[in-house]
Amino acid sequence: MKFGVVVFPGTWSDCDFHHVVSEVLHQPVKYVWHRERDLGDVDCVILPGGFSYGDYLRAGAVAGRSPVVEAIRDFAAKGGLVLGSCNGFQILCEAGLLPGALLRNECLQYRCQSTHLVVDNVDTPFTRGLRPGQVLTMPISHGEGKYQVDAPALAQLREHHQIVFRYATAEGAVTRAANPNGSLENIAGIVNEAGNVLGMMPHPERAAEAVVGGTDGLLLFQSLLGSLVEDGTFLKR
Amino acid sequence: MKVRVLVRLRPGIMDVQGAAVQRALVGLGFGDLRDLRVGKVIDVDVDASSVPAARVRVDEMCKKLLANPVLEDYTIEPVEASSLEATSALR
Amino acid sequence: MALAEPKVTLDLARGLGLTADEYDRILRQLGREPTYTELGLFSALWSEHCAYKHSRVFLKRLPTAGPRVLQGPGENAGAIDIGDGWAVVFKMESHNHPSFIEPFQGAATGVGGILRDIFTMGARPIAILDSLRFGDPNDPKVRHLVAGVVSGISWYGNCFGCPTVGGEIAFAPEYAGNPLVNVMCVGLVRADRIFRARADGIGNPVFYVGNKTGRDGIHGATMASATFDDKAHEQRPTVQVGDPFTEKLLLEACLEAMATGAVVGIQDMGAAGLACCTSEMPARSGTGMEVELSSVPQREEGMTPYELLLSESQERMLLVAARGREGDVRRVFAKWELDAVKVGTVIRDSDLIVRHQGHEVARVPVDALADGPRYEKPTAEPAWLAERRAFDPLTLPPPEDLPIALVALMGSPTIASKDWAFRQYDQQVGINTLVLPGSDAAVLRVKGTRRALAVATDGNGRQVDIDPRRGAAMAVCEATRNVSCAGGEPVGLTDCLNFGSPERPEILWQFAETIEGIAEACRALEVPVVGGNVSFYNETSGQAVLPTPVVGVVGVLEDANRHATQWFKSPGHRIALLGPDDVSLGGSEYLWTRHGRVAGRLAPLDLGLERRVQRAVRAAISAGLVTAAHDCAEGGLAVTLAESCVTGPARIGAEVAVEAPGRIDLVLFGEGPSRVIVSVAPERARGFEAAMAEAAIPWRWIGVTGGERLVIRTGRAAVSVGLAEIDNAWRSGFERHMA
Repeated sequence: MKFGVVVFPGTWSDCDFHHVVSEVLHQPVKYVWHRERDLGDVDCVILPGGFSYGDYLRAGAVAGRSPVVEAIRDFAAKGGLVLGSCNGFQILCEAGLLPGALLRNECLQYRCQSTHLVVDNVDTPFTRGLRPGQVLTMPISHGEGKYQVDAPALAQLREHHQIVFRYATAEGAVTRAANPNGSLENIAGIVNEAGNVLGMMPHPERAAEAVVGGTDGLLLFQSLLGSLVEDGTFLKR
Repeated sequence: MKVRVLVRLRPGIMDVQGAAVQRALVGLGFGDLRDLRVGKVIDVDVDASSVPAARVRVDEMCKKLLANPVLEDYTIEPVEASSLEATSALR
Repeated sequence: MALAEPKVTLDLARGLGLTADEYDRILRQLGREPTYTELGLFSALWSEHCAYKHSRVFLKRLPTAGPRVLQGPGENAGAIDIGDGWAVVFKMESHNHPSFIEPFQGAATGVGGILRDIFTMGARPIAILDSLRFGDPNDPKVRHLVAGVVSGISWYGNCFGCPTVGGEIAFAPEYAGNPLVNVMCVGLVRADRIFRARADGIGNPVFYVGNKTGRDGIHGATMASATFDDKAHEQRPTVQVGDPFTEKLLLEACLEAMATGAVVGIQDMGAAGLACCTSEMPARSGTGMEVELSSVPQREEGMTPYELLLSESQERMLLVAARGREGDVRRVFAKWELDAVKVGTVIRDSDLIVRHQGHEVARVPVDALADGPRYEKPTAEPAWLAERRAFDPLTLPPPEDLPIALVALMGSPTIASKDWAFRQYDQQVGINTLVLPGSDAAVLRVKGTRRALAVATDGNGRQVDIDPRRGAAMAVCEATRNVSCAGGEPVGLTDCLNFGSPERPEILWQFAETIEGIAEACRALEVPVVGGNVSFYNETSGQAVLPTPVVGVVGVLEDANRHATQWFKSPGHRIALLGPDDVSLGGSEYLWTRHGRVAGRLAPLDLGLERRVQRAVRAAISAGLVTAAHDCAEGGLAVTLAESCVTGPARIGAEVAVEAPGRIDLVLFGEGPSRVIVSVAPERARGFEAAMAEAAIPWRWIGVTGGERLVIRTGRAAVSVGLAEIDNAWRSGFERHMA
């Protein structure tokens, strides 16, 4: 599977995703510059974390209107796989590729900490190797991660099973105390209606090697690659 | 009494937010953009008998908290309720 | 020039911070009266900050050489060879005064400045550590400073994308009017690709790159020029504003430009901005430089030559390119949407020639600027010191309730958890952080090799206050011991020396003694000092800060997987105490929190033993013999054990018995160097004993891990505290002030 990692001015998780895809998963990967209007022959585009354009206006606002995002819009419409993490999630929301918005954390401070995520939807290419209710451990690192959406849109998210990850306790209970940023319904990650565009605030690339914080993030990539299903480690359902 | 506080960076203080937004707008084709600076709007409703009295209180608020005197200037303007609505209607 | 410049007189020179002697020296060196702009150049470059006037004679006592040293002091940062063709580049700097004026921007620009020092060397920054000192956190003004400084560091470091992995925060009333904000940055570079701040090659073009120049940070003394423009006053902010986004672009552009081979030399425009770069770079190379100021990208209108030269606008560099390679430089910076403008040329005559709109406004020999005056001012031991040292803490009554004393220490803001600050910092970007903040040292892997780096900072102002020489040596020992406790062999050191006014003999004595202490310890431990910074004048209305040398140490682990952390891993492990019995309550955290005193004598320091203990700990870690290692520091043995019980992912109790001479408060809370506790899995106990015998250091088993309490027996007395109580005190001791 060929991966493209998008680089905006101010992106900083680009090298980390590149490292995981090439050194841990041994898959072909290239950087995609924000001015590109053609993604080339990639199967999955990653929008990494960072502070694109400093996030000075609104997180992801400027990047969400850049040439590469238009290319990603076409790519996604044709069924291409898109994974936005952290700033990438903010950009996908600003670009309208995902519903809702990410507001300032309820505590009004930046938060870098480990979180537990309960998996709500395993019918996406990113989660098909997981079990419903499975709890993953992944870090967050953001100042604006409070997911917000209006009531009709939330109903739609529910109806189409677009909520993929919610912040939870280690046992998988979705509680207020387990919510690190005040996200609506503890939402940590959602997909578009078609399920091929995933946005999430946590950092799967920081949980892809045992030595630096566990391997739960790797499960997403392995789902994408189909390797988990094939080797039987996590059979669906 | 409704009062609007405009907080802006003092002249000469680098406006990193404005510069980044300006750069982005130029990139989006607004080549005619000459300058842009970003500030904050704070709408305050204060119990006061008159506009000058409200102004005095809000001025104290600015000095104590709303503006950082090292970096920022502020102005205080009275606002009619209707104009607040008009602003939001523009969105 | 449309504006008339002020007439140059001795009074004007004084107003700019120069002395009469220094003004005479300028007249002699130029053989004429300086122009106003030239006077500005001298005032900036001969400032204490740039010229190290009062400290240079002492600083040369520090050992700076070693087989691994690739770059010692005198450059943007020091560099140490770590093997496999890689070098680690690091430095620590202070931003104390700006952080007091505007805590958020002051701390943020402090982070920005040290990041630039690292990437001008060609290195990619991989870690930030912050050593912070504040007054009493019960004071709301202090809390405001803490909150501002922490969020400034968080904003700049997080947005730029460099993890903050360590440092310390300590509190003492002496810092109330002068908080200390010392920031260390560590970067990685190929050992043969290190760049330096030089202007080599006659005819090479000089580029200005990065942010535009405004009137930021121009020395307050320039207010003198307000007489010729009344509106100038309000337009002359001295507060610098940071722009981490532009800094990130500058990082990528600089590293990319360097990779093209077009870059000859590069220097950060930090203190004294363009003036500093245009004189120091050619001075290092024995060349000169001519610059045209009207080419400098400007953010504000009507800036004078004086202002353009002295502005401290952030996120700017001066870059000397190879002639003919101008296109490469312009292309790379354009890609990153940054200015890169040719402003001058390297010339043969060793002069700095400055023009503005074609008119010459300054012509000064670069050496005259770069080699400022140096002073050997009188030093004198403070009169109060002998009496303070003569105090015997054991004349105070012992605590009646030992558990309460221990819990109180764990909850003292200096010892308590700093999670409130660290969770605001990105600690992981770059995915190298193997040990996150919260252990003795952070550990970062070096991708592409088997190695890792261990990094730590330390510095205890109270200990230095009552014994500058030994206290400073102990700071070096503690920081290196922290690194050793993570499994790293200390290979290099940087320091930030925070003191009051050097014009007071007793302050300069503290400084001189501190240098001697650092030098002695570094020689004994064979750790070279490769860079650092001196911050004088940290005083308000005659009240100086505690003399505070902060040292930052980098260590190398040959095998990244063989590292240690400070917390107990599971019950049933045996606990050993390595090192001497000698401890003292003099200058201790206990004496301060319990009795409000800073007095007494420090424990003896045997540098040979210190070295052997550290070596033994490293050997035990790399042989996989220990499951935890923790340096005994503030709060003594009891606090060290308590920290090992509660600072890890799971609380694990311990039961120990210590037979040691002295009163119980001394045994439990006394502080002394060269002491480490380790835990050992039972099946490794024999191997550990053999390793210790070989190390020839004093050590003994003191107990075993397990249970829900920490129990320490000594003689007939015992202290027993539930872990929940310890944990609550430790977690809330600092955070409750900030909630």
